[in-house]
Amino acid sequence: MSAGAGTLEAGAELPRSARRQSFWSLYLRQFARNRGGMIGIIVLGAVAFSALFAPSVATHDPYEINRLVRLQGPSTAHWLGTDEFGRDLFSRIVFGARTSMSVAALAIVLATAIGAPSGIIAGYFGGWLDSLIMRVMDVIFSFPAILLALSITAILGPSLRNAAIALGIVYAPGFARIIRGPILSAKQLEYVEASRVIGASTPRILIRHLLPNVISPLVVTATVTFSFALLAEAALSFLGLGAQPPIPSWGVMLSDGRRFMESAPYLAIFPGLAVMLAVLASNLLGDALRDVLDPRLRL
Amino acid sequence: MIPTLIGVSLIVFFSIRFIPGDIVLVLSGARSDVTEEQRDQLRRNLGLDKPLPVQYVEWVGNAVQGDLGNSLKTQRSIATDIRSRMPVTIQLAIMAALVGLFVGIPAGVIAALRRGTRTELAAQGVALVGLSVPDFWLGTMFLLVASRYFAWYPGAQYVSIFDDVGKNLSIFILPALAVGISLSASLMRITRSALLDVMGSGYIVTARSKGLREAVVLRRHAFKNALIPIITVVGLQLGYLLGGVVIVETVFNLPGVGRYTVQAISDRDYPVVQATVLLITILVLFISLFVDILYAYVDPRIKYGSARSS
Repeated sequence: MSAGAGTLEAGAELPRSARRQSFWSLYLRQFARNRGGMIGIIVLGAVAFSALFAPSVATHDPYEINRLVRLQGPSTAHWLGTDEFGRDLFSRIVFGARTSMSVAALAIVLATAIGAPSGIIAGYFGGWLDSLIMRVMDVIFSFPAILLALSITAILGPSLRNAAIALGIVYAPGFARIIRGPILSAKQLEYVEASRVIGASTPRILIRHLLPNVISPLVVTATVTFSFALLAEAALSFLGLGAQPPIPSWGVMLSDGRRFMESAPYLAIFPGLAVMLAVLASNLLGDALRDVLDPRLRL
Repeated sequence: MIPTLIGVSLIVFFSIRFIPGDIVLVLSGARSDVTEEQRDQLRRNLGLDKPLPVQYVEWVGNAVQGDLGNSLKTQRSIATDIRSRMPVTIQLAIMAALVGLFVGIPAGVIAALRRGTRTELAAQGVALVGLSVPDFWLGTMFLLVASRYFAWYPGAQYVSIFDDVGKNLSIFILPALAVGISLSASLMRITRSALLDVMGSGYIVTARSKGLREAVVLRRHAFKNALIPIITVVGLQLGYLLGGVVIVETVFNLPGVGRYTVQAISDRDYPVVQATVLLITILVLFISLFVDILYAYVDPRIKYGSARSS
């Protein structure tokens, strides 16, 4: 940080830390008033908690095979019943949260890592670089998302890591598009011009002056995309292209459970409910964040 | 549109080169009974013995003429296989879209008109759940409920709509509902917010104050203007819809392009995967183009000049 910037900002009435805090606490207070958002964050928090502390939350070892208790319905010993190997369904769903959440999170990180710099570079530098980057993004975007993810995992081979990579690539154009817009309009504003005039370097302008403009749309997009990624991970695993047995995964459990629809329908019901709950929570959170951070778009 | 088409075909074509390792070794597996000659034969069949640009031009040239190559597994013509499966996929997509439109738009209109009531809250809640349900799970639940509680088993054998309409529809109704519900959820949300936006504008006040009946205000003035964002969402959801169709076909054992693709992926039948992915993506692109043209028809203010590039 240069000394010049320090003296410029020292002219304001409040110390910088206090001002920044009030800016975020304003959003925070607005968010706290949003009932849907609060429900979303609590449920998603609970799912994340089970994912992180799965060994403590689960009542059984999710891999433990016990042929004596095959295909038993919900009971006090096995809250959600047992599967065809006598494995505890509740424990597998808890560990499945770990699988789903980590694949979805990894996909979002990857999509941001590809999409955000692309969008920033395209928006800021413009010209042929912009055309090239956005053309490539348009092409990726024109594939139906799940179909592209399917083909990428087909090429890379079915595994959790590859499912996350595939989803990261599929969702990257959405991030690039959503970030390019604000950069494009912000770079023409006076304060950016002013900082260029006083000799700020391009990286400094990008990071210090333009990046804050994209944080809100980035957060909203990441949350909404997270719910898509959860659904897509379940779909890929359901088709056998994501998690490989015996790894507990909601999609795989659902697909396995379908074979016992007559005798043990709960095997297909509960994993689906788990997916729905996690996706619902992240949709609620996404809606609330959009209301707070981007009031123009209300759904 | 044209550059996008070329880009899509390039990605689909080169995707097969990103398979780790030698594709021929991957395909022929570790089987010891495959001789070196057979491997060379496979290499030639895949056209891998020619330079890349030549391969690409040949592949595109053949595809344009309707020759998508042969399946590695069955040796059958992929184009023939797809032709027999396309009607299933298209019918499912159309029926799902109809479910989406006929449930989503009226629900959105009702929610907007009953603003601030429990009806609106309920509609929004249902829509949010609809958006969050995995369609393949919903399909599974439909099957479960139908067979368990109504002792109703949708036909296991596919029947064309031209042979027996009743039987055909009984096979398609559940998968169409499973795919259509998430579409109807997003349509309900956008219809509601678009209509609320429009209802607040000046010309609605004018229309009301000149004494028009509420139904006329709604139909002639409000709904027509709300249609633009609705059409946009329909266009954007098409890819999502077809993705859902691909997976739900597998759930319901429908012999469509989706199940064909999924089967080809597990067989590592790459030419089939390339062909179906290319075809479905092109289909989506053309429908999006159609949606773009629809804008100009719905909204006379939109005119496409020569300045428009895509």
